[in-house]
Amino acid sequence: MFRQRTIIPGFGLTFGFTVFYLCIIVLIPLSAIFIKTAGLGWDGYVAVALSRRALLAYRLSFGAAAIAAAINSVFGLIVAWVLVRYDFPGKRVVSALVDLPFALPTAVAGIALTALYAPNGWLGELLTPLGIKVAFEPLGVVVALTFIGLPFVVRTVEPVLADLGHDVEEAAASLGAGRRQTFTRVILPAILPSLATGFALAFARGVGEYGSVIFIAGNLPYRSEIAPLLIVQQLEQYNYAGATAIAATMLMASFAVLLAINLLQAWDRKRMAA
Amino acid sequence: MKGSVSEPAWVRWALIGVALAFLVLNLALPLAAVFAGAFAKGVAAFRTAVDEKDALAAMRLTLLVAGIAVPLNIVFGLAASWAITKFDFRYKSVLISLIDLPLSVSPVVSGLIYVLLFGLQGWLGPWLRAHDIQIVFAVPGIVLATVFVTFPFVARELIPLMQEQGRTDEEAARSLGASGLQTFWHVTLPNIRWGLLYGVLLCNARAMGEFGAVSVVSGHIRGLTNTLPLHIEILYNEYNYVAAFAVASLLAGLALVTLVAKSVLEWRFRDQLAGTGH
Repeated sequence: MFRQRTIIPGFGLTFGFTVFYLCIIVLIPLSAIFIKTAGLGWDGYVAVALSRRALLAYRLSFGAAAIAAAINSVFGLIVAWVLVRYDFPGKRVVSALVDLPFALPTAVAGIALTALYAPNGWLGELLTPLGIKVAFEPLGVVVALTFIGLPFVVRTVEPVLADLGHDVEEAAASLGAGRRQTFTRVILPAILPSLATGFALAFARGVGEYGSVIFIAGNLPYRSEIAPLLIVQQLEQYNYAGATAIAATMLMASFAVLLAINLLQAWDRKRMAA
Repeated sequence: MKGSVSEPAWVRWALIGVALAFLVLNLALPLAAVFAGAFAKGVAAFRTAVDEKDALAAMRLTLLVAGIAVPLNIVFGLAASWAITKFDFRYKSVLISLIDLPLSVSPVVSGLIYVLLFGLQGWLGPWLRAHDIQIVFAVPGIVLATVFVTFPFVARELIPLMQEQGRTDEEAARSLGASGLQTFWHVTLPNIRWGLLYGVLLCNARAMGEFGAVSVVSGHIRGLTNTLPLHIEILYNEYNYVAAFAVASLLAGLALVTLVAKSVLEWRFRDQLAGTGH
């Protein structure tokens, strides 16, 4: 540890407290997962964490999170674009509404979405005659994760879009580029890293999401059961080792996504500096 | 449209239409469904559901838990942002990443880690039992899980803000003879108060609404270890939909108040908040 001389006091106190609090609340408890999993041995780990039921649950959690993040990347970009570039009545209300998934408790979102998409709900009534079932099906998981993930994309893309100078667009236009060409050749490449970061953030949140999903998913084993639910079920059967093995698998996946996000942001900074 | 820097009007309105349609379908309808469900059987049924013994106990517990978890994370957020922005040291970016770590951990795992530490079969389980201390399936466990999931909210609002503001104000105050505490109280705090309030709002909304992490450590004892979100689940699973949505509408109301307060801060004090979105 190295620090320059400064007349501002309090480094020892604040740094010490920060590290201490970080260790007791976050690092030591999280390490319990890996130590406990290591104690299981490879065969014990494989038997629970890589069972067919667990693999299908990961597939649903990761697959639905990816689809939802993709949907949010498309619509989140449109929402961010509209908020940054255009004026329309009620824009402030719309902008505030985008953050609803951050503020609304997940259990509330879960029962609300279930009520909407149940066969007798406002949207379920319209979709059921078309043969589309959403509630209590894997599709319901995608709907819930789409709700949860939207602000991650909008709030990541929005500032980058706002900072994008008009001069490059004007230059492209004066060189004879059509609006569509300007968008695909000039604007899109500039916002792509932030869009990818937004996708990754929404995806990471979706993989671990629990509250909004369990009400709408139906939770049928091998079909509409998400990975976090599997952890809860193992715990309810007092199988702590099993719960921990699945948790360790999910944690490693989240850390991989976190690393990807950091690399994306480093890439973006490097591009901006160049 | 060769050589244009904006879209034709029909494209603009089509994009606005698509954006609004998506937001209505994805956000406004679920919100409306909560209030429709709460008042499906009239105002009297809503009142009965909200003014009920277990619901009131859940409200008190939710307020208590947020009342402990939020101040703890305010103290942490202030300490962390002071250490990180006022001084230079190695591995600073590692420390910042570690502070953000709880955001990428599934809520269920956030609860599980405390069960592994303090549960009956956990590392400290036998010792806690011998001393008759209960953490998991009791209020302390709920507080710990809530502290974990709301851990970064204040810090990640303050760090970029204090980074932008630099150190010159504090250095000036110190060279004029102010003590460390005086500098913090009279110079730093007024500079960051709106950003701090912004972080506290987000922290509090999450603390009062957390479901997954709290669900794992709570033990679901009605009237004792049920927070409002857990109470909603119990009512819902008992097919008591009006009561479930009535209690849910209280939390939805809290979310709306949070959004309004947050928007007001963004409009009035945009220059005194951190530049990053969210």
